[in-house]
Amino acid sequence: MAVIKQDSPTYSVREMIKEKKAKQSGLMFVEKLMPKLLLLTAVISVLTTLGILFTLLFETFTFFSRVSIIEFLTAKEWLPWNEENGSFGVAPLVTGTLLTTGIAMVVAIPIGLASAIYLSEYASDKTRRIIKPILEVLAGIPTIVYGFFALTFVTPLLKQIIPDLGIFNALSPGIVMGIMIIPMVASLSEDAMSSVPNAIREGALGLGSTKLEVALKVVLPASASGIIASFVLAISRAVGETMIVAVAGGSSPVLSFDVTQSIQTMTAYIVQVTTGDAGYGTTIYYSIYAVGMTLFVFTLAMNLLAQYISRRFREEY
Amino acid sequence: MELTVVKERTEQKKMNEGKEEKAVVYRTKNLNLWYGEHHALKNIDLDIYENEVTAIIGPSGCGKSTYIKTLNRMIELIPNVRTSGEITYRGRNIFDKSYRVEELRTQVGMVFQKPNPFPKSIYDNIAYGPRIHGIRDKKILDEIVERSLRGAAIWDEVKDRLHENAYGLSGGQQQRLCIARCLAIEPDVILMDEPTSALDPISTLKIEELVQELKKNYSIIIVTHNMQQAARISDKTAFFLNGEVIEYTDTDKLFSNPSDKRTEDYITGRFG
Repeated sequence: MAVIKQDSPTYSVREMIKEKKAKQSGLMFVEKLMPKLLLLTAVISVLTTLGILFTLLFETFTFFSRVSIIEFLTAKEWLPWNEENGSFGVAPLVTGTLLTTGIAMVVAIPIGLASAIYLSEYASDKTRRIIKPILEVLAGIPTIVYGFFALTFVTPLLKQIIPDLGIFNALSPGIVMGIMIIPMVASLSEDAMSSVPNAIREGALGLGSTKLEVALKVVLPASASGIIASFVLAISRAVGETMIVAVAGGSSPVLSFDVTQSIQTMTAYIVQVTTGDAGYGTTIYYSIYAVGMTLFVFTLAMNLLAQYISRRFREEY
Repeated sequence: MELTVVKERTEQKKMNEGKEEKAVVYRTKNLNLWYGEHHALKNIDLDIYENEVTAIIGPSGCGKSTYIKTLNRMIELIPNVRTSGEITYRGRNIFDKSYRVEELRTQVGMVFQKPNPFPKSIYDNIAYGPRIHGIRDKKILDEIVERSLRGAAIWDEVKDRLHENAYGLSGGQQQRLCIARCLAIEPDVILMDEPTSALDPISTLKIEELVQELKKNYSIIIVTHNMQQAARISDKTAFFLNGEVIEYTDTDKLFSNPSDKRTEDYITGRFG
């Protein structure tokens, strides 16, 4: 590279910029077009969502023109396959979903939160660099793998402890779903906790707090909104989870809270119908839209709740 | 280096002659500290006396913050820190394995460079310390909160909003809140690490007045960038340079008649 002497420039930068500018009129066009293209791609996903919502609503209305919404919400039996005295009470599917979700949360929340506290407050940088990617791998395993892990490994294992356990039951997929959600709770809660400024930790340590006191009495309350939001998102993930419960949960929609017996969740029912031979236009066919709508309402409510909580309980620092 | 140490010792002796002997709170003997390979504190010898304000001055990177953070072992939060030598607090070596760091920090409070209240209410900020040390009685806590806030000269400004978030206070108020938080557990020593560097002049003045008030009951060690501040508020001043104590003596003497050329250069603004 030649050293350019200040007093003898062989060219003028100003002139060069002017020259280049003149050639770049095409670039201005691209500059103007790009935002429009980008907007278009954004609009595509919004439109798709609206389309799905519209289909869901439309087909749900069709279903409710055949089966009364009151029966759907209050009847205690879900017997769509009975030709003569079929019953479309969504309650058994809802309890199936709540049961597996509940078990999943009992597993995921304590373990996930404890891991988050460890990672954020105790682990050295090196440990964190090893453990976090492993947790994230756990989150990347396809759910069908979790499904047959529940059916072929966890269920037999549990059967040794609970001899009455059915081959299909709520307990096993619930536990496995919990394991699947741990990384989500751990990772989101850890993010919330590590965003608490160190100065605040130092303030607490300076008053003679132990590390545990700092974690539980200062960092945890300060990051409560993020942590609760992670719980709510985890719940909504569990509510919508399909493969694990379809594979290991069974297909007996019964209104019971017995975790050892076969159940059916809303999602598993939809799988059962869409992979079965219910004809287009039958009541069963339309029922999956009503169930899907119920599911959508559940997850939407959860997401709104998560947003509300993270706004409401934000401790600003 | 040896020479400086000897000189300091004689000076200290001189200083103490003819005065009533004050109790030594902290005695630092031959303290060395390394950040990894970087030798940050070199052979520090320093005695800190009871119910006095001891100021530590020096240019950026001279080790003054490092030193004050060593006094309550906050420095150990930084990875790869090594120390040698000893610091005794009230006769006990703080680096002793049997000395619980929580116990030390309960007796030695700290006020930080930037106000760092907890994201809690004003009341809970003050009550935090007493609570973790087992004080649960609501009535006693109420009293502690009021007394501490009065002690930090902020009670009148916050008494009607004790249950509002501390982050609603101004920077100067937050810093006085942090001092009150410190007072709530009635420490013996208060370490202040450039407590006014993030504050406006009026808030700074308030903190300085407060320090004067507090020294009746507490021993205060204050790191400051501001030489006028050191001159105004301290009884003794230590001048740090490149990890060494260049001069440590009565504040009046250090600022009017420094015995080391480097001290003179620094306080007259020739560098730093």
